[in-house]
Amino acid sequence: MALILDLILQAVQMFLVLALAPLALGVTRKVKARALRRVGPPVWQPYLDLWKLMHKEAVLAHNASWLYRVAPYLLFAVTWVAAALIPTYATNLLFSWSADLIAIVALLATGRFALALAGMDVGTAFGGIGSSREMMIASLAEPAMLLVAFTVALVAGTTQLSTIAENFIDGHVGLRVSLGLALVAFVLVAIAENARIPIDNPATHLELTMVHEAMVLEYSGRHLAMIEAAAALKLVLYSSLLVCLFLPFGMATTDKSFAALGIGLLTYVAKVLALMVLLPIGETAIAKMRVFRYPIFLGASFAAGALAVFLLFVSRSF
Amino acid sequence: MRTLAFDVAHLLAGGMLVLSFVLLYQDRITATLNVFALQAIVLSLSVAWQALIQDAPHLLVTAAIALILKGFVIPAALHRIVRRLGIHREIEQVIGGGPIMLIGLGLVALSILLVLPVGENVSLLVREDLAFALAVILLGLLMMITRRNAVTQIIGFMSLENGLVLAATGAKGMPLVVEFSVAFSILIAFIVFGVFVFRIRERFDTVDVSALDRFRGERGDHT
Repeated sequence: MALILDLILQAVQMFLVLALAPLALGVTRKVKARALRRVGPPVWQPYLDLWKLMHKEAVLAHNASWLYRVAPYLLFAVTWVAAALIPTYATNLLFSWSADLIAIVALLATGRFALALAGMDVGTAFGGIGSSREMMIASLAEPAMLLVAFTVALVAGTTQLSTIAENFIDGHVGLRVSLGLALVAFVLVAIAENARIPIDNPATHLELTMVHEAMVLEYSGRHLAMIEAAAALKLVLYSSLLVCLFLPFGMATTDKSFAALGIGLLTYVAKVLALMVLLPIGETAIAKMRVFRYPIFLGASFAAGALAVFLLFVSRSF
Repeated sequence: MRTLAFDVAHLLAGGMLVLSFVLLYQDRITATLNVFALQAIVLSLSVAWQALIQDAPHLLVTAAIALILKGFVIPAALHRIVRRLGIHREIEQVIGGGPIMLIGLGLVALSILLVLPVGENVSLLVREDLAFALAVILLGLLMMITRRNAVTQIIGFMSLENGLVLAATGAKGMPLVVEFSVAFSILIAFIVFGVFVFRIRERFDTVDVSALDRFRGERGDHT
C-alpha cells in the first residue's frame, strides 16, 4: 500500500512539471507583452500551440537521417526525466535517490548533445551555426553550473537534492554569502541555458544572432512540438532547481500528510509562477548581447561560482 | 561556533570582496564610481558591525569617516571630475577581460592560502577578515595595473585602501590616531590625483595613460 502511495506521489510530480511547463512559458510571454504595452496571447496559448503542432504533418528534408527523427524524442525524454527527479513539492519521492545534482546536469548535457547533432544533420548553414554557438555556450556554462553544484554540496554535505532541500529547510545553515553568490551564478547559467535575453532571444526566427531557434529551424509538426515542450520543461526544470536549492520553504519533507502535500504543491506553483513573472521583467530591462560578449557574461557567472567555493573554504574551521 | 556575529561579519566582508570583483569587471566609468561608493558603504557597515561585536566604540568613528569621506565625498568629487573631463559616457577598454577575472580569482585563492595557516590561536573571524582584506588589496592593485584611464586607476587605489581599513579593523585595538592619519593621507592623495589628472589631460588631451608611454620613449619605434 505504501509503495502504491509512493508511486502515486512520484507520478503527481512527473505530470505536475509536464502540465506546468506550457503554462510557465505562457506566463512569461504574457508578462513580457504587458511590459511592452501589448496585450499578448492568453497564458494557455502554448498548450494550443503544442496541440496544433502535434496534429500537423512533419516535413522532413530529403537527406535527413534517423538521428534527425530521433533527436526530438530523446531531448524531450531526458529533459522530462531530469525535471521529474528534482524535488518540487515534496522531498524523498520514490525515484529521487536515483539521481543527484550532477546526474541532472549530465542529463541536460545529453539532451543538448542530441539537439546539436540534429542541428547539423541536414547540413544547412543555420543549423550548423546554431549548433556551434550552443556548444560554445555549453562549454562556458557547464563549469559555472558545476561550481554552483560544488558550493551547494559543500554547504549541505551531499549532492542528493532531497537531502540538500531538507537541510536548508531546517534553517541551521545560517546566513551565507556563498549561497548568495551561488544563486547569482545559477541565475546567469539558467538564463544562458534557457536561451533567454541577453544570450538569445526566444521570440525571434529572423536574427542572425539566434542560437536555439537556429538549430531547430528545420523542424516541423510533432518533432517541433517535442522540442518546444522540451524547451518549456527546461525552463520549469531550472526554476524548480532554483526553488529546490535556494528557496525550499514550504516543501513537504517527512510529513506526507494530505495538508502538508497541499501546502507543498501550492507554494511550489506559486514560487515557479513568481519566477516566471520576474524573468520577463528582467529581460525587458536589458538588451541582447553580441555573441562575442557571451564569454564575459558567463565568465562573471564562473567567477561568482568560484568565489562562492573560495569563501566556503575560508569560513570552514580547520 | 556559528553565531550571528560571525555570519554577518562574513557576509559584509564577503560582500566587499564581491564588489572588488564588480569593480574589476565594470568598464563604464560612472558605474565604476557608483560601485566604489557602494563598496565604501559596505566597508562602513562592516566596521560598524566590528565596533558592535568587539565592543569598541571608537571604531564607529572609523565607520563614520569611511561612510562620509569614501561613501559620499570622494565619489561625488570624482563624478564632478569625470563630468568636467567629458568622459562620463566613455566605455573603457579593459585589458584582457576574461583572463583578468581568472587572475583575480587566483589572487583570492593566494590570499586565502597565505592567511589560513596563520595559526590556531587567532580566532576564525580575524583570520577570515585578514584573508578578505588581503584579497581586496590585491584586487585593487590588479585594477590599478590593468586600467589605462587615470580616473579608474585612482578608484583602484581607493579600493585598495578600503582593504587596508578592513584589515585594520579586523585586528583588535587599532588606535584612532592611525585611522585619522590614514583618512587624511587618502584625502591628500585624492587631491594630488585630481590635480594630476587635469595636468595629464592638459598636456596630452587624454586621460588614457598609455599616451604617456610614447613620451617615455618606450614605444618610440613605431610612432
